[in-house]
Amino acid sequence: MRLKLLEQKIFRILMIGASCLVLGVLLMIVYALLRRGLPALSWEMITTVPGGGFYLGKEGGLLNAIVGSLMIMAGATILSLALSVPVVMFLNLYLDKTSRLAYLVRLSFDVLLGVPSIVYGAFGFMVMVFLGLRASLTGGMIVVSLLIFPIMARAMDEVAAMFPKEMKEATLSLGATKFEMVRVVLRQIAPGIATACLLSVGRAIGDAAAVLFTAGYTDSIPTSPGQPAATLPLAIFFQLSSPVPQVQDRAYAAALILTIIVLVLSVLSRWFAHKYQKNKVS
Amino acid sequence: MIATSLSSVLLREEVSAPLELLHAPNMDAATLKVRNLNVHIGEQSILRDVHVHIPSHKITCIIGPSGCGKSTLLKTFNRLLETQPGARITGELLLNGENIYREGVEVIDVRKRMGLLSQRPCPLPMSVYENIAFGCRLHGTRGRRKVMRKVVHYLQATGLWDEVRDRLHTPASRLSIGQQQRLCLARGLAVEPEIILADEATSALDPISSRIIEDLFLRLRQQYTIIMVTHTLSQAVRIADHVIFMYLGRVVEEGPASEVLHHPKHKLTQEYLSGSFS
Repeated sequence: MRLKLLEQKIFRILMIGASCLVLGVLLMIVYALLRRGLPALSWEMITTVPGGGFYLGKEGGLLNAIVGSLMIMAGATILSLALSVPVVMFLNLYLDKTSRLAYLVRLSFDVLLGVPSIVYGAFGFMVMVFLGLRASLTGGMIVVSLLIFPIMARAMDEVAAMFPKEMKEATLSLGATKFEMVRVVLRQIAPGIATACLLSVGRAIGDAAAVLFTAGYTDSIPTSPGQPAATLPLAIFFQLSSPVPQVQDRAYAAALILTIIVLVLSVLSRWFAHKYQKNKVS
Repeated sequence: MIATSLSSVLLREEVSAPLELLHAPNMDAATLKVRNLNVHIGEQSILRDVHVHIPSHKITCIIGPSGCGKSTLLKTFNRLLETQPGARITGELLLNGENIYREGVEVIDVRKRMGLLSQRPCPLPMSVYENIAFGCRLHGTRGRRKVMRKVVHYLQATGLWDEVRDRLHTPASRLSIGQQQRLCLARGLAVEPEIILADEATSALDPISSRIIEDLFLRLRQQYTIIMVTHTLSQAVRIADHVIFMYLGRVVEEGPASEVLHHPKHKLTQEYLSGSFS
């Protein structure tokens, strides 16, 4: 009996320990970012583009990377949505549960999900070289949209599969076509779509490898889709490899900015999901 | 918001117009004849050699023990069953003499001519107003004023208007279950069908809400042909004009309610009605 109690105690302590470790890692990351990034973070940092000698510790900011990252994220999310909504609707409304095609498409989501982002980058780079294109904002958007497509489509597919059979029948009996039913499905799964977007947006803004060769890097804000664009992950990467301590600190500031953006997006999309939850019929 | 203000305008003038103005009672409203209908799902035979005749302007109740194929029969009427994987349907189903399973018949048209009320109310994930407007727009009603007129009309027809007039733009899921079912009925009617199909439409409702739906059916039969599956014999006794008794995928007995419910000819019907099995 005492052995059992001891066993219970040991496992309880192990579980508490593991939970604390998770929390601790998160706190440590936040601490490291704040400790090194916060002093380097200034108004100048987020409102100006790099000046001359910025990478040697002189004046300037990271506005180019912030704007570039936001543009690529927004573009990639829209492109990926435009691709995944039709695919998911086709899988769930037009194909049977036992369909072979549906099985193959879902399998390809899983395979694509496992492909590392550098491979997407290399693939995109190859295609761009073949087409004779330079690294550009558009190139980055397309490659990042490919990178986040499987995440988005899978998350959306899971909620779309929960679309109630009764609602499907109710819509069809009104004389709706499958295409007209899409509107009903989208409204029902709107909170799920918001969550799917959030999952992929976080990935889109944080990935360095996919944009390294496809979006390039530049000190100015791109003014046309054909120009290269800087991104925050690459700003972190380049500055961190500098021997100058001030520049390294700026890398942490960039990391802090990136983290804050992701946090804000996450809060926004939660609010959004909640707002659209109200129409959902459970 | 615009729709709300419009509704108050409409309320004063046109909407008080009687039901007939929007949907003229069709004196020879739909009849439905089923000939030699067989349904298989996968290898399993669900309906066998079904022959029935459903009269117009009457409430036809389909009764029978669980699993006898009542709901399946109902779903063959508006061709909803064929959306189920593995379903094979043979035979003829004549809607006003025209076989709806004939090749070339547009399934959308068939479904539009029959409104379905399911067991559990299933409002669409939209506002009360949009729930009804959705169907109207599908079939070509354009313009806010026209749509609003229909919405108000059918909410009145189902006695829901006074309860929801201030909440037209709240999500339909916030209504009570009984109200939701009446909303679903209004939504179905707004498509202007000829037949109302009800699949145990009151089984999820409280007694008062069920009674409201029953009363609505009794009034609506002047304009529509109503077919309802019911599990409650007392309900069939209360409202049925015509009764179909099914057992194990076959129609055992069919006829006017007074005959089938009170003087059943078949032994199985007698046993079912006396409660020997259910």
